[in-house]
Amino acid sequence: MYETLAKFSQTWGLLYFVILFAAVLIYALWPANKKRFDDAASVPLKED
Amino acid sequence: MGEGGFIGVMVLTALLCFVIAGQALDMPMRIHTVLGALAAMAAAFFTLNRYFKRPAELPPQEIDGKPNYNDGVIRFLTLISVFWGVVGFVVGLVIALQLAFPALNFDVEFLSFSRVRPLHTSAVIFAFGGNVLLATSFYVVQRSCQARLAGDIAPWFVALGYNLFIVIAATGYLLGVTQSKEYAEPEWYADLWLTVVWVVYLLVFLATLWKRKEPHIFVANWFYLAFIVTIAMLHLVNNAAVPVSLFSSKSVIVWSGVQDAMVQWWYGHNAVGFFLTAGFLAIMYYFIPKRAQRPIYSYRLSIVHFWSLIFLYIWAGPHHLHYTALPQWAQTLGMTFSVILWMPSWGGMINGLMTLSGAWDKLRTDPVLRMMVVSVAFYGMSTFEGPLMSVRAVNSLSHYTDWTIGHVHSGALGWVGFISFGAIYCLVPWLWGRKQLYSLKLVDWHFWLSTIGIVLYITAMWVAGILQGLMWRAYTELGFLEYAFIETVEAMYPFYLIRALGGALFVVGSFVFAYNIYMTIRYGDREEAAAAPSSAAVPAE
Repeated sequence: MYETLAKFSQTWGLLYFVILFAAVLIYALWPANKKRFDDAASVPLKED
Repeated sequence: MGEGGFIGVMVLTALLCFVIAGQALDMPMRIHTVLGALAAMAAAFFTLNRYFKRPAELPPQEIDGKPNYNDGVIRFLTLISVFWGVVGFVVGLVIALQLAFPALNFDVEFLSFSRVRPLHTSAVIFAFGGNVLLATSFYVVQRSCQARLAGDIAPWFVALGYNLFIVIAATGYLLGVTQSKEYAEPEWYADLWLTVVWVVYLLVFLATLWKRKEPHIFVANWFYLAFIVTIAMLHLVNNAAVPVSLFSSKSVIVWSGVQDAMVQWWYGHNAVGFFLTAGFLAIMYYFIPKRAQRPIYSYRLSIVHFWSLIFLYIWAGPHHLHYTALPQWAQTLGMTFSVILWMPSWGGMINGLMTLSGAWDKLRTDPVLRMMVVSVAFYGMSTFEGPLMSVRAVNSLSHYTDWTIGHVHSGALGWVGFISFGAIYCLVPWLWGRKQLYSLKLVDWHFWLSTIGIVLYITAMWVAGILQGLMWRAYTELGFLEYAFIETVEAMYPFYLIRALGGALFVVGSFVFAYNIYMTIRYGDREEAAAAPSSAAVPAE
């Protein structure tokens, strides 16, 4: 049981998290999103 | 229509409560169902009364092209959170003193440590922290979406219903009602009630997001949403229980043995991760930029912070079960994710601190901002200590000792407490239309009293915890345990005194806080009085 689960998590589990993290990084750093994110950084400063 | 249906449901709820009260098998069930019936009747009465008094038209979504924010319910939530905060801190001091002087339970069952301790934890986490999260989430979601809060009576139902849950939980603890799950002590009927309230909370939040004017959903709202959704999931799974009878306050959990332990700490650690972290990070991402008048240092980092934090946290629970019947691979899994979690935590901390770049001088002049920044520093400290303690070898020393208590309080008093105080200091002048707080000097006093209090608390617990852990594992030359358990208890005495002193300073600080809030609302200078004395016709809400 230990061997099987350890093997599964060290391969597919690892892959799952790497893909997830890569997707988040790509979304966050995608050049076309830059303007939107720069604007969003100032959302709290907008007057009510 | 909506009001009619609501009144109908409340009348039926009252009837059901009365029926159960009449047949109740135990006293706590009788008291709680009578309480529930009274609350339901009051809800029906006030809703009916409000229906006849209010104008035919519901409040407009916008006035002169500007969103007509719904702040009444936020004012209530802010005040009640100050109240619960002070209560929770005082009760914490009482049990800290009980540990040093056991006679302080006065041999009264209602004041025994085991009943008062969950009262303290629930009061500070769910009553104080929960109401701060409700208040700030309703404030932030409206402002960052430029839209009025969804629902007419629904936000009030959430606010009052949640606090009814708190009252049921708190009185239940003192009456001896508990399902013996840490941070999930309330019994089945309280859990069901909280489920109803929480679903309405989620719907109010989602419906407000739905009608937003801003195309982008601001990062704080993502954190609030993760908090609401995950707490719902954790609450449902961990509290899966079968009541002994419809008329009894007792229930039996469906999980058993090590599975029960794992579900409990999956819940318990994610209560830390999603209630005490994600929710309060939302506060950080809105209130620190707003107070410092600086944009978020890196919005891109906040996105990476959010997704990595929520996907990693959910796996960290097993570190609470090192060296137990839990399989080794599950322990290792929990430990690994706890260590990885250090990175998004510090990413978030850096993002919060660096938001001050270009405004560092404000730390000198604005004690409210200082409070929030020190809070983020405490966040960094406790999210470093946490992964360290989750390592199995370190845990073998630290687990079951007071080191854990110290760790929890550096997070709870330092991070959650200070960011909440900061947010409330910001909110009160905004919500009541005051130019500023009654006294920044008193904020300074609050800051220093609590900071010294926390430092005394956590240093005492570090020393106590490590001493305790070392005494437990000390062997004589012949291989016998060197210390009897009672000797380790006696060794804790001076540290319990220092801890109680630290706690007392924190409590005094909270009195200063409450006084300042009261004076700001009662005597603070009105915003519009200075701007335009002639135009008195400003919409009150």
